[in-house]
Amino acid sequence: MTTTTRAENPGEAAIEGAIEAAPAILPPRIVPAGGVAVGPGANAEPPSASGGPKPTPKVSAQNVNIFYGPKLAVRDVSLEVPEKSILALIGPSGSGKSTFLRCFNRMNDLIPGARVTGNVQLDGEGLMDADVSVVELRRRVGMVFQRPNPFPMSIFDNVAYGPRRRGANDKAAMEVLVERSLTRAALWNEVKDDLHKKSGLSLSGGQQQRLCIARVLATEPEVILMDEPASALDPVSTLRVEELMRELRESYTIIIVTHNMQQAARVSDRTAFFNMGEDRAGYLVELDDTRTLFTNPKNQLTEDYVSGRFG
Amino acid sequence: MTASPSAGKLRAASGRSVVADKAATVVLWGMGGFVLLLLGLIILHFVIASIGVMSLSFIFGEPGSDTELGGVGPLLFNSLYMLVLAMLIAVPLGLLAGIYMSEYAADNKVTSTIRFAEEAISSVPSIVVGLFGLIAFVNLTHWGFTALAGVLALTLFNLPLMARLSEQALQAVPQEERSASLALGATKWQTIRHVVVPLAIPGIVTGIILTAGRVFGEAAVLLFTAGVGTPHHYNFLNLNIFDENSPWSPFRHTAATLSVFIWKTNSEGTYASQQLQQQVGDGASALLLATVLIFNIGSRFLGRLLTRRLTAA
Repeated sequence: MTTTTRAENPGEAAIEGAIEAAPAILPPRIVPAGGVAVGPGANAEPPSASGGPKPTPKVSAQNVNIFYGPKLAVRDVSLEVPEKSILALIGPSGSGKSTFLRCFNRMNDLIPGARVTGNVQLDGEGLMDADVSVVELRRRVGMVFQRPNPFPMSIFDNVAYGPRRRGANDKAAMEVLVERSLTRAALWNEVKDDLHKKSGLSLSGGQQQRLCIARVLATEPEVILMDEPASALDPVSTLRVEELMRELRESYTIIIVTHNMQQAARVSDRTAFFNMGEDRAGYLVELDDTRTLFTNPKNQLTEDYVSGRFG
Repeated sequence: MTASPSAGKLRAASGRSVVADKAATVVLWGMGGFVLLLLGLIILHFVIASIGVMSLSFIFGEPGSDTELGGVGPLLFNSLYMLVLAMLIAVPLGLLAGIYMSEYAADNKVTSTIRFAEEAISSVPSIVVGLFGLIAFVNLTHWGFTALAGVLALTLFNLPLMARLSEQALQAVPQEERSASLALGATKWQTIRHVVVPLAIPGIVTGIILTAGRVFGEAAVLLFTAGVGTPHHYNFLNLNIFDENSPWSPFRHTAATLSVFIWKTNSEGTYASQQLQQQVGDGASALLLATVLIFNIGSRFLGRLLTRRLTAA
């Protein structure tokens, strides 16, 4: 495991700090949608340094390999996600998208025999080091799962779960937080009269998934990982969740794994196409602005995939 | 496949599976009904048999001489007293062991050996455990027949049973509940405490009920450890638990329970008439049955309350 390179260039860090501190002065610097397009097959290629100092990516991965026991599951993936943007990970089954997603909140730690090498960073800080607190990491990097999985508790207790585990117990403040989180997740109006009466499990699938999103928002994360968040939902609920993602993009950095290419095209700023190699390990084929990747992909495999010829 | 368009064949095939389906339903309902019927008959038998015997003075009174009905109060007290003592040991230790085995221990030879041992000990004949208790908790300790010796001997059964059933209950909690909690930044212990254990409570309550059933029903283990002497003159006002004469003392000599008393009544001719002996035995059995039923229903009820409390706040 390589260690973090945060303090490699203190001068650059200082400039970045200045940019972050004064966004109003330098608005164009904070590239909205996918400022950097990594070329085809440019797995290990770090962002070019041509444009001078640029904002630290919110999250980044460098040369990430993921093993399940002796088996290589994800090979040598490098990418960056700018702050407040949505990156979609698309690709056929077995291409390692979900496995890769889980290295940003270290959920792979829970899988016996899983091992991650390379460097994964949040705000330029290596998050795989032994002294990193996964509890703190997972508070800052929230996750929404494929199947809605609210706890069998009241709606209120579901949303309050994360904050309470960190010792929040002020009743009034908690009520404000729960309302705000449910409002942001576009669920408040539907559940405000049943907060304590109804179990999270009594909601419909789409509502449950929005509850799970509210539950993540209540922990006040910076990054939200979504692992096929709409694959178990009906079309109407799917659209609601997609709308929600676009809104959340204003405040959060989002990485979403999806099987649904239209969904990736609708919600994301940039898209990364993963494929399964001949060694059955997933790898990153191409990452680009979503529009470019879908309309003018540089790699033949990408073109075949987005045009529906395989996968 | 090109099947001949013979409607008769189609009808016959579907007919067979429909019959099999109906038969399975009938057989399974029948079996379930049979078990319920047996339970109902047993309860009915003792309700009828205990008419004329059951009274407040029988439930709470002291045993009488060999010519009078008397009561079984001290024996009922002993059953409940031993139950509480046995649960105080088996439930916390068994639950913690179950949590360790389910959430912390690696899956290896050591843990599979432990699981095997936990299950094997349940099939050791209880008379053997009783004799072991006689050596270990009665003779070696020089305590003589005491309530505590009985409880410790029962624990030999109860602790592995409780641990195994707790582990199974915890294992049955879906992995995604753990993932959801951990992904929200909860620690492992918080996840266990606030998600896994509350969801496992119905299974844990089953463990508690089975463990308790052992305490209520076991006679062979207790014969050699807690003794069979019929108790008299319990002074419940004596709260000094270090006084061996106090009914509250774990070191009280001989602490026969209801089931030991039933065994003794029916195997030794301690009463003057056959009819009286029958009456006492039936009455005590009915009371034991009622106690177990009340305990089981109460446990389920409390379990539900506890789940609600633990999953809130």
